[in-house]
Amino acid sequence: MLAETILCLGVNHKTAPVAVREKLAFSGDCATPLTELKALPGCEECCLLSTCNRVEVLLVAKEGAASAETAVRNFLFGASGISLEESKQYSYFHQGSAAIGHVFRVAASLDSMVVGEPQILGQLKDAYRTATEQHATGAVLNKLLTKAFSVAKRIRTETNIGGSAVSISYAAVQLAKKIFGELKDKQVLLVGAGEMAELAAEHLVAQGIGKVVVANRTLERAVKLAQTFHGTAVGLDELVPQLAEVDILISSTGAPDLILRKEEVRPIMRQRHNRPLFLIDIAVPRDLDPELNDLDNVYLYDIDDLKQVVELNRAERQKEADKAERIVAEEAIKFLQWLEAMEVAPTITALRKKAEAVRDAELAKTLGNLAELGEKERKGVEMMANAIINKMLHDPMMFMKAPAPAEEKRAHLALVRKVFGLDDGGDAAS
Amino acid sequence: MEELFQLTVLAYAAATTTYLVYFFSQNKRVRSGARGLLLGAGLLHTFYIAARYLASDHTPITSNHETVSFFAWSLTWGFLSFRWRYQVKNFGVFVTPLITLLMVIATFSSRHIVELPPALQSYWLPIHASIAILANGFMALAFCGGVMYLLQERQIKKKHFGLFYSRLPSLEALDNLNQHCLAIGFPLLTLGIVTGSIWAKQAWGAYWQWDPKETWSLITWFIYAAIIHQRLTVGWRRRRAAIMAIVGFSAVLFTLWGVNFLLGGVHSYAG
Repeated sequence: MLAETILCLGVNHKTAPVAVREKLAFSGDCATPLTELKALPGCEECCLLSTCNRVEVLLVAKEGAASAETAVRNFLFGASGISLEESKQYSYFHQGSAAIGHVFRVAASLDSMVVGEPQILGQLKDAYRTATEQHATGAVLNKLLTKAFSVAKRIRTETNIGGSAVSISYAAVQLAKKIFGELKDKQVLLVGAGEMAELAAEHLVAQGIGKVVVANRTLERAVKLAQTFHGTAVGLDELVPQLAEVDILISSTGAPDLILRKEEVRPIMRQRHNRPLFLIDIAVPRDLDPELNDLDNVYLYDIDDLKQVVELNRAERQKEADKAERIVAEEAIKFLQWLEAMEVAPTITALRKKAEAVRDAELAKTLGNLAELGEKERKGVEMMANAIINKMLHDPMMFMKAPAPAEEKRAHLALVRKVFGLDDGGDAAS
Repeated sequence: MEELFQLTVLAYAAATTTYLVYFFSQNKRVRSGARGLLLGAGLLHTFYIAARYLASDHTPITSNHETVSFFAWSLTWGFLSFRWRYQVKNFGVFVTPLITLLMVIATFSSRHIVELPPALQSYWLPIHASIAILANGFMALAFCGGVMYLLQERQIKKKHFGLFYSRLPSLEALDNLNQHCLAIGFPLLTLGIVTGSIWAKQAWGAYWQWDPKETWSLITWFIYAAIIHQRLTVGWRRRRAAIMAIVGFSAVLFTLWGVNFLLGGVHSYAG
């Protein structure tokens, strides 16, 4: 079986600690290790992916070459000083349909540390480009990797896997959108200049918030932070009057006591004509009076509340991941079908079938228009049509059957299938 | 005509069911199906009203059946007209059940065609009745928006993120919807009262005679006038505006039915 020749061996953030991964990583240029890989006994096609979270080798081995796994293992771990036995606990090894599914999952970012982040697809594309430049890939890997890219695209459009990033600051932005709809004419006030507040503000700016105001105990730091967001800086004593203007407040001071109380905000709400106020308290101990949430049109969230939203997103994401896994399984089956058809016999059958279908259709058309022909003449025309397709098919068949190394043979098959459009049964991405 | 009415009710029920399925599945194809069904139901309904007009020879907004049916029709086309201008996520899920409920009430009212007393045979009938009911349609849309607002607000305020949180639009969008409905509904309501008053002068000789229906439409009008006034001056928006939209709509319903069944008067329908 051709499928069983596809092997995948590697380490990732789940199987190996960073101390091990960094020993294996190929920094920068992958061309030299690729040449080494190609030279391994039994290797027909290969591709090497090396990122900070994973190092893996994708290989098409000669049929029956059981030694390929050990060879690749030596190649990966040889320089690291990790013994062959030890390497098994740090790495994963897939073969056949498991390897195909794995490649699809990696491309679609289902195997990433942050599931859904799209960076890995670009890295895989780069790895593939390097491999093709080194002529390390052939018919099987070309098809497998281009398929992986289209699977990744399909998962991106059909599921919401990248939709809900799981972080506190993202949760805050999401809530702000549920309250205000559009953010572009809204203002945010940062109280205290902590790292988390800065991150949340960055998210809000990315979502197009209108204006950033920074209030801090030391005005100097406030001015500095305000500059990075093209905003304005105010003193901490201006906090309450500022509330009449801003819509979102993110508080992260190190103050031991509350800095804003319900009684201070109540009159402001009247002044604001009840425009809503979204208060985010990410300080521990808290900056904002928990009773503020009781005021009409005031929404107060502290760090624990936001964590709850994050959990919600995580659950949502798991649901989308299940959907994505289904797509991977489906596409892996399609790919296996293509692999099966990649043998000589089924290709010849498919080619004959196609030619005969063309012959029959044309004969029916022509003979239908020539009703006056006698039995003998009809036989003659049919025989001629038959002879034409046989003569036409002779060379492509010889081309496929010609003795050649397995890898070259598959390239021939792929070429014939492409030229005669034998894979066009609904799958255009070839 | 009987079959046409039943078919219309069925189409509305189908649209409602499809919208509910969409609410849980959030499958966009289901939503297109629901929209198509509702549009179809609205067209069937239009044919039904036209058929009834031809059969009775006067505008079919006289009996309870006809009024409620026209109410549902206004709600449908009011909703569909909004769809052209801007989208409110999952609004249809809340509007279509109300339409279907009205159609069910219409089903159980007498469908007998009422002979119009000579006093009411006037071109003011179509003008007054259709404007007044159309106003009700927009008030009903504001009511649905108000319910959605309160549901969504509760989720955000209580930090309890259930079924509605991700499915309902932002509070801002719902508040805009409320404002939008009132901006159309209130002028229609005013016009409905003015035309009714002119017709009263023509039919009975007096512009206003404190008939219970008149009194209650005036009360309803004052409620909505207060809502709009407060919104513009002291900022009654958002939560309070949503609650008031619900209060106002209960006044609308009382004016429509409560008055007929509890208080009587010249507006009571013969049927």
